[in-house]
Amino acid sequence: MAVQVQTHSSLIAAQQALGQGGTYLAGGTLVMRGVNAGEVQGVIVRATDPELRRIASTSEGVRIGAGSTMADILASRDLDFLHPVARAIGGPQVRAMATVGGNLFAPHPYGDFTVALIALGARAVLVQGGPRPVEELMRVRARPPLVAAIDVMRPRDMRAFGWLKVSRIKPKGVSVLSIAALLVREGGRVRGARIAFGAMGAHPLRSAGAERALEGQALDATSIARAAQAACLGLEPPTDALASSWYRREVAGVHLRRLLEQMA
Amino acid sequence: MTFKPISFTLNGSSKAAFATEGQNLLDFLRRAVGDLSPKYGCGQGTCGACTVMIDNVPQLACLVLAESVEGRAVNTAAGLANGPRLDPLQEAFMERFAAQCGYCTAGMLVAARALLDANPRPSREEVIEGISGNLCRCTGYEPIIDAILDVAEGRVQA
Ligand SMILES: Cc1cc2nc3c(=O)[nH]c(=O)nc-3n(C[C@H](O)[C@H](O)[C@H](O)COP(=O)(O)OP(=O)(O)OC[C@H]3O[C@@H](n4cnc5c(N)ncnc54)[C@H](O)[C@@H]3O)c2cc1C
Ligand code: FES
Ligand code: FES
Repeated sequence: MAVQVQTHSSLIAAQQALGQGGTYLAGGTLVMRGVNAGEVQGVIVRATDPELRRIASTSEGVRIGAGSTMADILASRDLDFLHPVARAIGGPQVRAMATVGGNLFAPHPYGDFTVALIALGARAVLVQGGPRPVEELMRVRARPPLVAAIDVMRPRDMRAFGWLKVSRIKPKGVSVLSIAALLVREGGRVRGARIAFGAMGAHPLRSAGAERALEGQALDATSIARAAQAACLGLEPPTDALASSWYRREVAGVHLRRLLEQMA
Repeated sequence: MTFKPISFTLNGSSKAAFATEGQNLLDFLRRAVGDLSPKYGCGQGTCGACTVMIDNVPQLACLVLAESVEGRAVNTAAGLANGPRLDPLQEAFMERFAAQCGYCTAGMLVAARALLDANPRPSREEVIEGISGNLCRCTGYEPIIDAILDVAEGRVQA
């Protein structure tokens, strides 16, 4: 096996090591698959920094260490709004290993947790450089910066946040698609709509069409129907073993409608 | 090839062995340590046949870097029985004919033990969720679910 493992006690040291090239290993559910298959070669960098698994309330919301697992999310009362999302990822063993940081850069059709983070407007705290919206990180996935933590705001009204995952195998199954929506209402009208899709593109992304259809509207049958119709505007969902691009396009609006009806 | 010495606890006993660079825990346990109870099904995290507990948390040994268990406690299906006394789950699996080819059984037992340790009286849905990371190609799952519920509901005891 042509790999060399380096373990660092701090994230800064890990970042420096990665500067020479190499693959960062978090929970390993994807990287170790690659190592087992001989596809990941060269230097593998790990960090044992205890900050990586810290989940702490801040004045801005909650800071989640990038090495926190889905099981850690489920054990945190501060993150109860993210429990349905974490629960939808893999089986118990995967949830005990899969990290929030790894989910950011997991390839299609993975990244369900990231879908929720994008809808919630979460920001990534980088080991080097200032904070960046999670959404922006999706554009630099080919060479991702090392993420130390995620800052996420708790929705002021829990009913403003909705989540839905569509999979063929239940209770554990990979996404045909996933949807997260943050619909804050002021005076009965949606303000700053955020709707994110998973498995509907190369990475989790927002549906500009659906957001436009809802902005400034009451969440009612008419606006929901418009949002459902506009859900796939500008999106190019991939074809894979679970679903074709055509199928994803056909059903995305239907599932978005069902989610929005629950949130209305 | 570089070898790394690893000291850890396996089923309550101290162990030390050498892991090769990048070796996964499943391969390490089977080849270097000689515990053949966790099975290789896929090497990709999909089948659960390699499930072991690390510090009492069920994980997929095929996706764990062996050297990361340095100083930690690993428990496998081989450690479920206490001498001649089987774990009640093992008894219940036999009574319910919950193992056919047996390939998934060690992983199922560890996942089931983890479930019952965390939640001694799970509902049927919780049992299904608890073993959702483990594939069985033989039994159709029903005998496995029934066996776990037998233990949870006190119909089988050690
Ligand atoms: C059986 C199975 C089922 C699964 N089901 C789901 C599912 O339902 N939904 C889902 O979304 N995913 C699923 N996954 C995929 C995966 O487990 C998750 O996406 C997980 O969150 C990845 O995290 P990890 O810590 O294991 O990542 P790793 O494998 O450690 O890393 C993945 C990638 O992220 C990079 N990375 C990790 N942490 C950081 C960081 N802090 N900063 C920068 N880069 C980083 C790594 O370098 C690597 O490129 C599944 C996987 C398996 C094996
Ligand atoms: S061998 Fe580990 S999950 Fe299949
Ligand atoms: S008994 Fe054969 S795979 Fe489960």
